[in-house]
Amino acid sequence: MLMRKVFSRPDKMRMSLKRYVNEIAKLGVNSIGIVMLISLFIGAVITVQLQLNISNPLMPRWTVGYVTREIMLLEFSSAIMSLILAGKVGSNIASELGTMRVTQQIDALDIMGVNSANYLILPKIAAMMTIIPILVTFSIFAGIIGAYCTCWFLGIMTAVDLEYGLQYEFVEWNVWSGFIKSLFFAFIIASVSAYYGYTVKGGSIEVGKASTDSVVSSSVLILFSDLVLTKLLFG
Amino acid sequence: MIEVKHLYKAFDGIDVLKDISAVFENGKTNLIIGQSGSGKTVLMKCIVGLLQPESGDLLYDGRNFLKMNKREKKSLRREIGMLFQGSALFDSMSVLQNVMFPLDMFSNDTYIEREKRALFCLERVNLSEAKDKYPGEISGGMQKRAAIARAIALNPQYLFCDEPNSGLDPKTSLVIDELIHGITEEYNMTTIINTHDMNSVIGIGDNVIFICNEHLEWTGTKDEVLTSHNDELNNFIFASDLLKKVKEMEVDHNEG
Repeated sequence: MLMRKVFSRPDKMRMSLKRYVNEIAKLGVNSIGIVMLISLFIGAVITVQLQLNISNPLMPRWTVGYVTREIMLLEFSSAIMSLILAGKVGSNIASELGTMRVTQQIDALDIMGVNSANYLILPKIAAMMTIIPILVTFSIFAGIIGAYCTCWFLGIMTAVDLEYGLQYEFVEWNVWSGFIKSLFFAFIIASVSAYYGYTVKGGSIEVGKASTDSVVSSSVLILFSDLVLTKLLFG
Repeated sequence: MIEVKHLYKAFDGIDVLKDISAVFENGKTNLIIGQSGSGKTVLMKCIVGLLQPESGDLLYDGRNFLKMNKREKKSLRREIGMLFQGSALFDSMSVLQNVMFPLDMFSNDTYIEREKRALFCLERVNLSEAKDKYPGEISGGMQKRAAIARAIALNPQYLFCDEPNSGLDPKTSLVIDELIHGITEEYNMTTIINTHDMNSVIGIGDNVIFICNEHLEWTGTKDEVLTSHNDELNNFIFASDLLKKVKEMEVDHNEG
């Protein structure tokens, strides 16, 4: 029912586009910092852990770079990053809409004759689906930079070995599959959180609960869909 | 004019409104009064369409709201302005942007014309100086005035006010009451105010309806409120010592 209202024709396209641009800035651009920071450190930690755990004379040194790349491309930058965004962006969406509901701002929109679900939720879903491939790209690059940092600053291996591994048997589809998965995850994060926020009844306690529930439900759905999508894309 | 005919509303099988029939005239401030939990907010929500009544009719100048299709309802909503208890201003927008919002959504005027209209509405409620402030930066009374400006931006025919004086001091309440009353007469709107503020009843109650125990107990004017012999109404109106004294003085004055 809610999604039918969300995906109807906007009352005023100009106003929805304005909100869409604002949401890209609020949900996406404001998340670039945290995405890059986490990816940088995870990329570095993965490299250090791999180097420590697979140091074997029979194993080529570039394996560390190869495995780091595969982890970043296949899972971390799409699925794990989406789990992190479910916490940051999902709780933001649920609490914003929940507060609007309990302070009657959504009722005010409805009484004016505005399709509140469409006006408030559609720009969030569209913005998340637009910005997430960019966040995934930033995450991949930040992870690789993190891996390089371990070579430059910790000296755990040579950058040449790492670079060889990073380029070894590169499959372009792995990048595209990450983007495809992230689009699904972006839809899940925005729509599930919006549902919990939009349908809040009560006061501040219920808004807090909706925010928590939205993160939990989004996370579970992301994990489940990750499994299904991985099977579909690579199976 | 808004007519409510034999309206029933229940939640989970429990009646909240029983057989409510009332007429709200245009150019007058129509007050719905009653104790907390008496169903007056539910009645207002039914009238504006936020709640669906079990049965009855709601006529907006003869147009039955409950028999309208989605498009007709949407069109009618543009003739409605509403002032919520907590103002319900959009936090992320400045006062001017809040007032411009209905114009941005539904008017085909140019930006300059829309801004001119919004500034006129803000001027009407004496709030021009706060146009660039955000709702969180202004007082409760100013928020109410901003909400009134937003409600009248599209020049509505019907204005609904849900407890407009809640949380305001008596002096500011008076300003808000006079503002609503003035706007109602100026634009010949049908205004319905949901309140339990007795100052509002005595000050601007052109037409008063009293809801008690889920049904319509009494209707009359602000003058008739003071002289009514309805026990339920008297128990409600003269609950405070101050108003009891006013009543006694009124009786003494009449006997003397």
